[in-house]
This record gives sequence, C-alpha cells and structure tokens, in this order.
Amino acid sequence: MSTVQFSFDGVTYHGNKGEPLSAALLRNDIKVVTESSYLFRPRGVFGLGYEEPNALVQIVSGSGEPMVPATKIELVEGLVVKSLAGVGDLPISPDKARYDKTFKHVDLLIVGAGEAGLLALKKEYKKNKSIIILDDKPNVGGYKNELNEKIPQELLKNLSTDNVIQLQRTTAIGLYDQNYVVAVERRSDHLSSEIIPNFARMRTWHIRAKKIILATGAFQRLIVFPNNDRPGIMLSHAAATYLDKYRVGTFTNCVVFTVDDSGYKDALRIQDTGTNVKAIIDIRQKVSGPLVDQVKKKGIQIITGSCVTNTNSDASGAISSLFVTKSDLKGNINGETNEIICDLLAISGGWTPTVHLATYLNIKPIWNQNTASFNLTKLPKNIEAVGYVKGDFDKSTNPPAVFFGLIPEGEDAKVSFVDLQRDANIRDLRRAVGAGLTSIEHVKRYTTIGTDHDQGKTSGTTTIGLLAQLINKAPGEVGTLTFRPPYIGVPFSALAGRDLGILSDPIRTTSLHNLHLNAKAPMEDVGQWKRPWYFPLEKENMHDAVIRECRAARNDVAAMDASTLGKIDIQGPDAGIFLDRIYTNMFSTLKVGSSRYGLMCGVDGMVFDDGVTTRIAEDRFLMTTTTGGAAKVLDWLEEWLQTEWPELDVYCTSVTEHWSTVAIVGPKARALMAKLSPDLDVSNEAFPFMENRYANVANIPARIARISFSGELAYEINVEAWFGSHIWQEVFSQGKEFGITAYGTETMHVLRAEKGFVIVGQETDGTQTPMDLDMDWIVSKKKDFIGKRSFARTDTSRTDRHQLVGLLPVHNQDLLPEGSYVTKDEETIEDSVSKHIGYVTSSYYSDALARTFALSLVVNGKSLIGKFVSIPVGDKIIKAEIVNSVLFDKENRRRDG
Amino acid sequence: MLLINCPWCGPRDETEFHYGSEAHIAYPEKPEELNDEQWAEYIFIRNNPKGWYAERWVHTASCRRWFNVWRNTINHEFGPSYKPFTKQPSRPK
Repeated sequence: MSTVQFSFDGVTYHGNKGEPLSAALLRNDIKVVTESSYLFRPRGVFGLGYEEPNALVQIVSGSGEPMVPATKIELVEGLVVKSLAGVGDLPISPDKARYDKTFKHVDLLIVGAGEAGLLALKKEYKKNKSIIILDDKPNVGGYKNELNEKIPQELLKNLSTDNVIQLQRTTAIGLYDQNYVVAVERRSDHLSSEIIPNFARMRTWHIRAKKIILATGAFQRLIVFPNNDRPGIMLSHAAATYLDKYRVGTFTNCVVFTVDDSGYKDALRIQDTGTNVKAIIDIRQKVSGPLVDQVKKKGIQIITGSCVTNTNSDASGAISSLFVTKSDLKGNINGETNEIICDLLAISGGWTPTVHLATYLNIKPIWNQNTASFNLTKLPKNIEAVGYVKGDFDKSTNPPAVFFGLIPEGEDAKVSFVDLQRDANIRDLRRAVGAGLTSIEHVKRYTTIGTDHDQGKTSGTTTIGLLAQLINKAPGEVGTLTFRPPYIGVPFSALAGRDLGILSDPIRTTSLHNLHLNAKAPMEDVGQWKRPWYFPLEKENMHDAVIRECRAARNDVAAMDASTLGKIDIQGPDAGIFLDRIYTNMFSTLKVGSSRYGLMCGVDGMVFDDGVTTRIAEDRFLMTTTTGGAAKVLDWLEEWLQTEWPELDVYCTSVTEHWSTVAIVGPKARALMAKLSPDLDVSNEAFPFMENRYANVANIPARIARISFSGELAYEINVEAWFGSHIWQEVFSQGKEFGITAYGTETMHVLRAEKGFVIVGQETDGTQTPMDLDMDWIVSKKKDFIGKRSFARTDTSRTDRHQLVGLLPVHNQDLLPEGSYVTKDEETIEDSVSKHIGYVTSSYYSDALARTFALSLVVNGKSLIGKFVSIPVGDKIIKAEIVNSVLFDKENRRRDG
Repeated sequence: MLLINCPWCGPRDETEFHYGSEAHIAYPEKPEELNDEQWAEYIFIRNNPKGWYAERWVHTASCRRWFNVWRNTINHEFGPSYKPFTKQPSRPK
C-alpha cells in the first residue's frame, strides 16, 4: 500500500492509495467534514457507500464534480477536494475529459457482484452465452469483501471468461421497460487526479438483457434519538470497516447501539482493532447465540432492552458521551439514565434492501416483519432478486427488532434526525402527521425527507416505520416511497458522451454553404438547417443590408439560395388523386409542366404545411414543403397511404438534398435568365407564371420554375446539388451588369410579408384554418380532402376567431416587436392589460412602403379593418391601424415583369 | 426505453419509432354525412384503457412502415404486433 498526498479544504494530508476519501479523512482525524445544509450542525462521515448523507465533497482536481460522497472517491495522488454544505458548485469551465457510451444486448445482466451476485453467476453461467456483471465497488465481494472475508475461487473463476463482461466501479442508475438498464462506469478517477487525455473518464452503458438478476444488497439504516447526527456517530458496518479493513485508528472508545446481531458482529470487529468497545446497547430484551457469547467472552458489556436517549459533544461538535435508558420497542423510556463516555457511536439500525431499480418499474417491495425490511419478493418475469435485496439475510442470527427510534416531543424533537442530509427531524414528521397527512408520499413532500442527493437511502425505511408508529399502522400498511432514476447523481457529461457541441444535433447545409460563409453571411438556424440570414457589405449593419437587398429585389435583380425547402418526389398512377385528398385545392387537374401552390390541413382543419407542387409527368409530382416541415409532411403522406388508402398506387421519396435551388428575383430577372439560358424563350407568353421549363443554365441541365415568394418576377433554377455552387457563381458573374445582389432569409421574410404571404409556423401555430388566414380561395368546394369536414364545425365557423390582418403603426417608424399583444384601442397600459385581442406574428421595416408594418392574428380581424388598436410595448403603447394583410402590389402587377 | 417489435424488422429500441395513438380508427367514408359530434369523436376522442390497448406505431427511423401492436398500459408489456389490414390477434391475457 503506497501513501499519497491529497488536499482537503486547502490543507495537505496523506492517505493510502485507493482507500475511500472518507477513510483518509478519518485517518487524519477529520471527524467534522461539513456543516448540515439547513441547520449548520457539524457532520462527519456516516456511511461507507452511496448511502452517505453527510460527507459530500466537491472534487476540484481533474474534471471537477460537485456533490460526490467522500465514501465513493478512491484516493489518488494530487486529489483536491473541498467540503460543501448541501450545495456544490458547477464547474465554470468546459470539462475537457472524454465521455463515452456503449450499447450491449446480453442474455443475462447481474447487478451487484457481492456474494449473492457471484453465486448467481456461478449458477447461471452455463445457461447464458453473454453475461454482464456490474458492481459499484472497485472489487467483487461486496459486503464479504468489507468484512475482509475471502471469496472462494469457485465464485471468481467465471469472471475472466470470454462470455462474461465484468464491470467494476459501475453503477446501474436506471431500470426501464423490457429489461433496459443504464449504467455508468467510472474509468479514470481512481487512476489519476488529472484528466487523462484520449481516455474516457466515464462510460455510460445502455444494456438490454433477456434476464436481469438484482443482487444489489442492502444498506444499514440509522436510528432516531436526540442528537443522533453528531460526528463520530456512524453506521456500525461503516465504522467497523473503517477501523478493521482500512485501519484508520482515530477512535478510542466505542459504544454500539443495535437492533440486530450486526451490531454484535461489528462490535467484535471494532474491539479487535484495539478500539475499546465499552458497551453494546440493544433495544431487544433477550438475545443469545454464538455472537452474543463471543461478545461476552471479550468482556464487552451488553445493555439489553435499552435505548440511546441523547448524546453530548466536544467543542468541535463530535460526540463525547451518550445517555442510555431502558426502553421498550415503542420507545417508551423509563428508569435511570446512565452516561457513557465515548468518541464513536456505531449504529446498527437494521438493513434496508437496495430495491431502487425494481421500484423504477413500479414494483412495490413487500414488508417482512421478521427481517424488518421491505424486500423484493414479487417481480415480473425475466427479473429475479437474490440475496439481501430479496430479504435473504443470515438466518442463523436472532431476528432484528422492529424499532426505528424515539419519537420525542419539544426541543428534543428538533434534534432527532430522520434524514440527515435534509436536516429533517421528528418535529417535521410530527407536524406532517399533525397536518393530517398519512400517506408516505405526502409526508415525503411535506418534510422533504428522502428528496436530497442521497434520496433517503439511510432514512427511507426509518421514516416509514416512525410514520407507521405515529398513525398506529404497520410499516407494510404505510408502504414504500417512490424512487426515481438516477440511483446516484450522474454528471450530464456522462449521459451526453461525445454528442456535444456540433455533434449534439445534426447540422444541415446546402451545396452553397461555403460560398455563403465566404461572403461572410451570418447564418440563421431554421430547424437543423443553416441558412444565410443577410449578406452585409463591409461595415454594413443588418438593417442597412436588408434594405439594400430588398431594394435590389424590387428594383433590379437579387438571388437567394432556396435549396432548403423540403422536396418530396411523389410517383405513381394515383398521385393526382392522392394529392387531391392531401391538399385543400385540386392537383389532379394540374397540367404536366405546371406548378400550383397548395395548403394542407390536419383532420381538424388546421393548416399544417404549405408549398408549391409541380407536375413533372402524368404520374409524377415534385412537392415542396416548408424548410422545417419536410420530415413531418413525408410522415403524414406515408401515414395516409399506408393506413387509410393502401389501394392508391403512390410512392413518396424525400429528395430535399438532391436538388439545389437558386431563385433570381426582380424586374431584371428576365434579362438575366435570358443571358444564363440563351436557348430558353423567357417571354411571359412562352413561359408564363407557375410554369416550368427544362433548359441548360450556364451549360447545366436545369428545371426552371416561374414561382415567386416575393411578388416579383422570379425564376427558380433547380439543378442537381452537385452543380449548385456553379450555378450560384454563374448567376453572380453574369448578373453583375444587372446589379445582382445576394439576399438572405431576412429579406425573403420582408418581401413575402409585404405581399401578405404567410409562413406556416410563424403566422400559424396549429390553430388556424385557411379561412383564418384569408385564404378561402384555396379551399376546394368540389372534392373531399383531409380536414374539410372540420370547416363546418361550429368552432371553425365562429366569427370571433383570430384572423390574419396587417398592422400599420400610426408613427410609421415604430417597429412592433414580434409576439406583442394586440389590444383594443386603449390609452394606458393599465387599460390594455388583459384586454388583448390578438398578437403580432411578423414585423419588419419595409423599404418599398417606406415605413414599418406587421402581420397579426386578431380576433375577428377582417371586420376591424380601418380600426385602430393598441400594442403595449414595455411601458408604452404603440397605436396601429388594422389593414388588409396584403400591403404591396395588391393587383399582382409585378410578378410577370 | 421500450423494446418494440416491428413486424417487418424485429425488436428495436423505441427511439426508432413514432407513436400513432389508438389503432383501428378508420377515416370515415363520408365525413360530410357525420354530425359534429360524430366527427369530433373521430378527430378527438380516443380510448384510454387501463390494461391492454391496441395502438399504432411507425418504424420511422428504419422501414418507415406502420403497424399495430397490443400494449399493456399498466406495465408496458407488449403483446403481438401485426401489420395493418391483417386480422387482429386476440387480446393478450
């Protein structure tokens, strides 16, 4: 065993490499580790594992981690930790360590490699081809290992075989449906206090097992009495293990307070280390057997039928003596009180099986009066429990007392702690019962017992037992608390693995993306897509850039990358009929080579996507969708084809990424189109609006569509994605003489909003019918389509629905913030509050109108045209006139050039 | 995470699927002949039983096909999966 140096609260100490930090703290005589969260009482090491409620520390070295039990930190050279009182600090700088995740399907998963888990492995080894056995400690053997007992070789031999994966320092944090377990493996903190490069600090295991064996063991629990929280008061198994296995020394005089025979076993272990065990206080009236005989032989005094009734402390707050009095199992004290001087009080309050994983599946542990524990006895098929968690305790011992502690009144109640981490005490429990609460779930929330970092591992059963006593029920009638994953605190980085930063979500870019980056266009996120927002000239701000871009589109010619629109190739003889049912308007009558704008609704009649669809051939359509809605629309089409209309011979394929689309927009677009494609007759007569032509554009075969999302004369050039960059560059080199200008999504928005074109998802939120959007013209009266029947519902024919209108602020430079409430024409903020009649959906400055404007959804808005409304913004009111949603070129004079 | 049996692909993790609510609710043949209540029943009203439930899933991240499956809403146990327009297996016990 080698000695290492570590730092606790800025002071350097020494300890043994690999021992728990809690042992090293005790070895250095640090009994007071921290103050409690709420009452600021001194607290010290209490447990041995994840049950630890007191000795939580912040790891400062390496990756840094807030709130880690000192019992679960293995000592390494250079470890730096600091104490904390209930609240840790999240590290400020990004964690440079690596985290991984892995996925496994196995025949058998054994959770816990203590004796029970190892026995299960031996029994099941031949029956299963692939096995994972995981355990949260550094070594197998669990409880036996802590007792320094040797594990028989026959239980170990299968561990190192090819079909067994043995995972130590690995904690199963969740058990989910169909035997799905998530476990976190700690791989490097025990090797180095620093981050090890290119090595995963933690690995999250996602395991699906045909069968699961829970061998999770049990935790010792506390006993409640006044001042039961002082440093030096510990669980007896923890105290004995620190003294016996880790040889921490530290304590001189020990008293054991027990409800079961574990206290006797631990008293013997403690006595053997040289710490004097002055007495065993046993709540039970009569005990016998070999353990008791051994204790007597060692000359340890046994005080039966008695209870610790209080403790004293030294100046540091650590225990200095205790008081003992006769008591029955209900905590009724009588007789004389004796004081015993001690610096260690080892508590053996009985064993609480670690049932958490099973309870995540809503399995209720069952109370057993003989073992004084809630055990896993009823489990679904393919999950089994073995060992302590099942209630299989050592049967050779005397049964434990069903005793959880004293329930004092007055001042004593305030210092009789049930949940050490929450500082929750008997007074809290009494108040909960006094308030009429009898359900353990209510009591938990009222008192906060069991809700802290340790999730009440040492206090859960104690709370149930004391509550049962207070309301005159049996513990089994009170029932258990609901645990929820994760079983221990887990860093988010362990769950995220490598899916961080740019890998956290896919990024979709068009074939023109690098050109946009070269042009220094800021990007806007549209779903997963990156789209150029605007194209600033040097030193130009967004406002000025957008005005310049709008002006180019309205006066000369401008180009945008429209490649992100969703594209779905719809093929098959019934494609036309299919689209008639999907869209509110007709598509079966569309001529080959023509395009039509379509709107689709859900069965509830609410608009959910729109776009232009082109008939490529008699049996083939190319649908475009909104950029963000493409996947949803494809799902929708396939759902109807598969589940309602399998008789339709139609197939849908996403082709979004296959085509690049460059739109050239503006009065000079025709001249530029002619120059780019000399063989194409671009006249309005030969190539009218909403038609398509195939021609070479800059020597590349292209489909050109006369589609306009700006109201201007426009051509959309569609080429295979490979040629996207080429076309964009040609548009700009050949367009120079026409003043070609690149524009981004912001200008696109301004141009479309001036024309009153909606954006599904901006002007809509899933509660608008086409009529609400002033689009009655697109709803066919001749045919049925999805959602049609809903337009005859009383709700959709209400006159007081939110309707799309335009808004013109009275002061024509006032810009309404998008999302603002629209209220009735009121003079003051006070008057306008809670009188809102709608909200602003889009708001821009328009160069063409030389003023600001907005689109808005307003209750019965169409009937309010010409009226004024108030828009409260901060502490001001902006007045605006309600107008028709189309504000520019109402007669569509511009679209043909 | 549920393990769902796609009748075409076999058992796969829940993240590959999308949920489709109650199975066997057909689009009405003549919506225009339904009164508001009947139409609302079709759009909005679904059973929510405690126990076995025949529901729809779609294997979005793989074969993209819809299917039906029995699932127990109490403990998420799955019964048989079956393809659309095939005979519904009897309710599991």
